[in-house]
Amino acid sequence: MSANPVTLGVFLLLFVAVALIGLFGSRWRAGDLSQLHEWGLGGRSFGTLITWFLLGGDLYTAYTFIAVPALMYGAGAPGFFAVPYAALMYPVLFLAFPKLWSVAHKHGYVTAADFVNGRYGHRGLALAVAVTGLIAVMPYIALQLVGMQVVIAALNLNYVVQIPLLGSVSIPLMIAFIVLASFTYISGLRGTALIAVVKDILVYITVLAAIIVIPAKLGGYGAVFGAVDKELLLLPKGTPDNLGPGFAYATLALGSLLALFLYPHSVTGLLSSSSRNVIRRNAIVLPAYSVALALIALLGYMALAAGVKSLPQYAEGFASFGNNFAVPALFSHMCPAWFAGLASAAIAIGALMPASMMAIACGNLFTRNIFKTFIAPDCKPATEAKVAKLVAFAVKLGALLFVLGLKVDYAIQLQLLGGILICQTLPAVLVGLYVRLNPWALLTGIAAGVGVGTWMFVDMGFKTTYPLHLFGVTVPCYAAVLALLLNLVVSFALTPLFNGMARGTDETVAEDYV
Amino acid sequence: MNGKPRGKFHPVYLILLIPYVAFLWVPLYNRIEPEIFGIPFFYWWQLLWIVLTALSIVPVYLYQESQDK
Repeated sequence: MSANPVTLGVFLLLFVAVALIGLFGSRWRAGDLSQLHEWGLGGRSFGTLITWFLLGGDLYTAYTFIAVPALMYGAGAPGFFAVPYAALMYPVLFLAFPKLWSVAHKHGYVTAADFVNGRYGHRGLALAVAVTGLIAVMPYIALQLVGMQVVIAALNLNYVVQIPLLGSVSIPLMIAFIVLASFTYISGLRGTALIAVVKDILVYITVLAAIIVIPAKLGGYGAVFGAVDKELLLLPKGTPDNLGPGFAYATLALGSLLALFLYPHSVTGLLSSSSRNVIRRNAIVLPAYSVALALIALLGYMALAAGVKSLPQYAEGFASFGNNFAVPALFSHMCPAWFAGLASAAIAIGALMPASMMAIACGNLFTRNIFKTFIAPDCKPATEAKVAKLVAFAVKLGALLFVLGLKVDYAIQLQLLGGILICQTLPAVLVGLYVRLNPWALLTGIAAGVGVGTWMFVDMGFKTTYPLHLFGVTVPCYAAVLALLLNLVVSFALTPLFNGMARGTDETVAEDYV
Repeated sequence: MNGKPRGKFHPVYLILLIPYVAFLWVPLYNRIEPEIFGIPFFYWWQLLWIVLTALSIVPVYLYQESQDK
């Protein structure tokens, strides 16, 4: 099957337009891009609207838009946990993160690990937070490229060349990578923010049209839900000796929402805003994206109702990408050619933009908390920006090689593990905004949480839900939440003990947080 | 240990707890009936609560604004 010319044309037009916007983004509200906070935080200049687009584009990635409906398509109701997750994170954002903005603004912090370093005067703890962040975000970048691969496959753009050592390499993926790397290097967060605006507008158009047009063709929402296996439509009930999948559902949502704003790319987005009030207002308006996400999740059920899996033209896509192919197949099957092109562009650009932001966050983290702290303490600001740009590039290249060279399953498993790990920085960062625990106690807590969390994940065969046995009752619980509980208990319990030995110095004062 | 200034607690902050109960107490909504437009309760309840969660922040926002003046 060859590419539909209309679909391809619309897709390419939008993609080229976005690439140009990204490249010329450096001129928008131009700043001195040889400064790290100018390149990597957009000069801390973004108002409510741009921050809305930027965080929206950053938190709701292309991979989310593909993986969540894929989970609904395959597993049913458990996949909907993304909805409580994406709603309940906002009260936390509203209450806690304006404090992080204030203290970061006062002391010039660029990353969460910068804050930890200043708050606890403990380079080792800051390093632990920085490394955890890097480990958590890198597989996320790889998954964005996977999202792009799926779209490229759905457009029948599988032009492949053989490259020694790498095997077969998709040319469209290479082009997308070059676009991503060059606009990130040249424009930094300004380019990313401009692309976010285009991306999000495309996403909203796609979602609104899809949830009206597709169910109408399928015979209404009743028919859509009717196509889902009755067993999968609700969460299975618990029994007296097993709290059941409902408990796993709630803890998955809870653990994920606590972790989300600890991710380096979220912190980058938050700190690039021009005031703490921008964050407070965004906590109220960002849930518009959560509504879109919930509707996108339902696309998984629409794909079931449309029966795309049994159609021969999609057999190859499902064979290569599994259920992740459900939504691209649905668009291609149910929508006019030009609309399928628009939807594909929305997903592809939706992969570029957060990938760029995640790479920038990695650049910031490495430069500030590893390079400047341990390798070159006296480096000039221009060197700092240069290193960050190069690291951002290297990280993306690493993600590309990972996706090409290894099985996608590894990237997914690493990303799941990353969610468990990033949660362990909560006592040092989020609790640290309210209460200053002892840095050595926090470090012990992180070690305990990371150790136990990783062990549970591996023990369950790379799954995130761990069946805890308590007094004869099985409690299926997200491993991140269990590990975090242990981490918190250790951090709080050891604080009075370790405070007798070494407290570290706190360069922040109470007024910095308000 | 230099503790942070504890913001004066006001009951309006309790509103923020309601969405957590509505979402995390799964037995509350893990059922089919009543449906709306063919959408089972499980799904429309959670869709509705996205909006209500956002709205629950508004009174707290307004309270903080009034305190800043």
